[in-house]
Amino acid sequence: MSGGDAIPEFSKAKSGAKAGDGHEVSLTNLSAFASGPGIRSGAEVTAIIAVAVIIIGGIELALRLFNVPHYIMPGPSAIAYALYDEFPLIAPHLGYTLVELVSGFSIGAIIGLVMAAVITQFPFAEKIVAPYILILVTTPMLALVPLLILRFGFGYTPRIIAVALAAGPMVMINAATGFRRVDSAKIALARSYGASTLQIFWKIRAPMALPMILVGLMIGAIFGLLTAVGAEMVGGGFGLGNRLTTYSSMIQMPQFFAVVLILSTLGILIYVLFFLIGKKWASWEA
Amino acid sequence: MNAGSAKTPKLGVHDATKIYHTASGDLLALDRCSLDVHANEIVSIVGPSGCGKTTLLWSMSGLHRLTSGTIRLDGKEITGPHPDIGIVFQEANLLPWRNLDANIHFPFEIKGEKPDRAWIAHLVNRVGLDGFGGKFPRELSGGMQQRAAIVRALALKPSVLLMDEPFGALDSFTREEMNRLVEEIWLDTKTTIVFITHSVEEAIFLSDRVVVLSARPGRVAKEYRVPFARPRSLEIMATKEVFDLTITIKMDIVGERVRPKARERGTAEIVRIRP
Repeated sequence: MSGGDAIPEFSKAKSGAKAGDGHEVSLTNLSAFASGPGIRSGAEVTAIIAVAVIIIGGIELALRLFNVPHYIMPGPSAIAYALYDEFPLIAPHLGYTLVELVSGFSIGAIIGLVMAAVITQFPFAEKIVAPYILILVTTPMLALVPLLILRFGFGYTPRIIAVALAAGPMVMINAATGFRRVDSAKIALARSYGASTLQIFWKIRAPMALPMILVGLMIGAIFGLLTAVGAEMVGGGFGLGNRLTTYSSMIQMPQFFAVVLILSTLGILIYVLFFLIGKKWASWEA
Repeated sequence: MNAGSAKTPKLGVHDATKIYHTASGDLLALDRCSLDVHANEIVSIVGPSGCGKTTLLWSMSGLHRLTSGTIRLDGKEITGPHPDIGIVFQEANLLPWRNLDANIHFPFEIKGEKPDRAWIAHLVNRVGLDGFGGKFPRELSGGMQQRAAIVRALALKPSVLLMDEPFGALDSFTREEMNRLVEEIWLDTKTTIVFITHSVEEAIFLSDRVVVLSARPGRVAKEYRVPFARPRSLEIMATKEVFDLTITIKMDIVGERVRPKARERGTAEIVRIRP
């Protein structure tokens, strides 16, 4: 084992450019975890609420003023009422969608993470696998849903598989980017104390990859949500996506938009969840 | 070099040769470089950039394997990282996701040992980092970070401390402060120190001996004793002796940059001087 030679020499150029510090990840990836502007005063809160009231009230007013019928565009009040009135009927479907999302995402994320951790240890294998991963990332997994339904029926199975297929590769490519960020000085530090390969993985590589892993998990979860809803629209009699097709076919637009509202809330919650995790565990990078 | 008469050096480098195999061909970084560092000594290694100083230090640490030649610690050959050798890296090389306490405890964690709290507290106090344990590296100045790195390197009580251009990225005032700190720590612990630097002044201030490496491939070109008593004051740096020594060493380094052809013709031409 030529362990000693694995560490390149540190040229002054490198230390001068501060490249060896592990801070070289582009802003676009990690801006999600930057501390953000933050709300400072009551005046700011008031302004934010005022703008929201003006926008929502303005839409309501305009729709009423021009007598736009409900089946074309329901007003915010009608949507809010539909959400309140129909929620007991929609709630179980929210539950089904969450089951698909959580189980599909967990399966996909775990497989993606393990594959990323393993594959980055073998650069040659990585080169061989890369094109297939790219295909998995770029193919909309929704395209496979009719096929999956044919094979697995109209239950949870095809949807969970589709969600896993959508989320897994997203998690994997981002996590792999994280694991590839080898900082030889930090690995040398660990090795100087006689660290094992496993210790180096858990104490250096994994924490170093964590910010990118979180980005991958967030994108994977959002893609999983899209795919779950899409799969529900393709076939099967349950889930929020199914509600969308049902309500639109019955021209129940307030209820339709109530479901859309729930879906956007779900997406925002996913974002906020990973944002908070990132802030807690990966803020050292921002 | 002759065994028998001289006592065993703390760290003995014998015929160290290192060849890097790169895409553009083999690169001879060190060529039969030999050097003894005795116990409780501070030895600085200076030389033109790219002369293999860092390679030599990393080989001493056991992190780099030599192509040929040996490194001996207390007479025993070392082939890998050794717990008795501490390293201070270029820039602080702290782990940014850990606070200072966790960074300093890192060596114990890897070793699976309980941290020696009394010793750590003593070191932290010595370098003036009391009360900063909960801070993260990014919250601290470069000098503070390097102080923490020194504590970390000394945490396992190594008998040899290797320092790889540790203060190269610091401003000159912080640098002088850090140099005094290294001397204080040495007076306190008498740890054998090998110090790589590209600052001749820093080398003279700190060292008992300054070793000048030749341009690549690196070999020991010259060696100078620095006879001043410790603790050394900044005033010493303004004396004629130090000034002469500084110039001599700088000329050694610059001389290595004289084009060989020009030297033959007797019209030495200086290619580039870096202060």
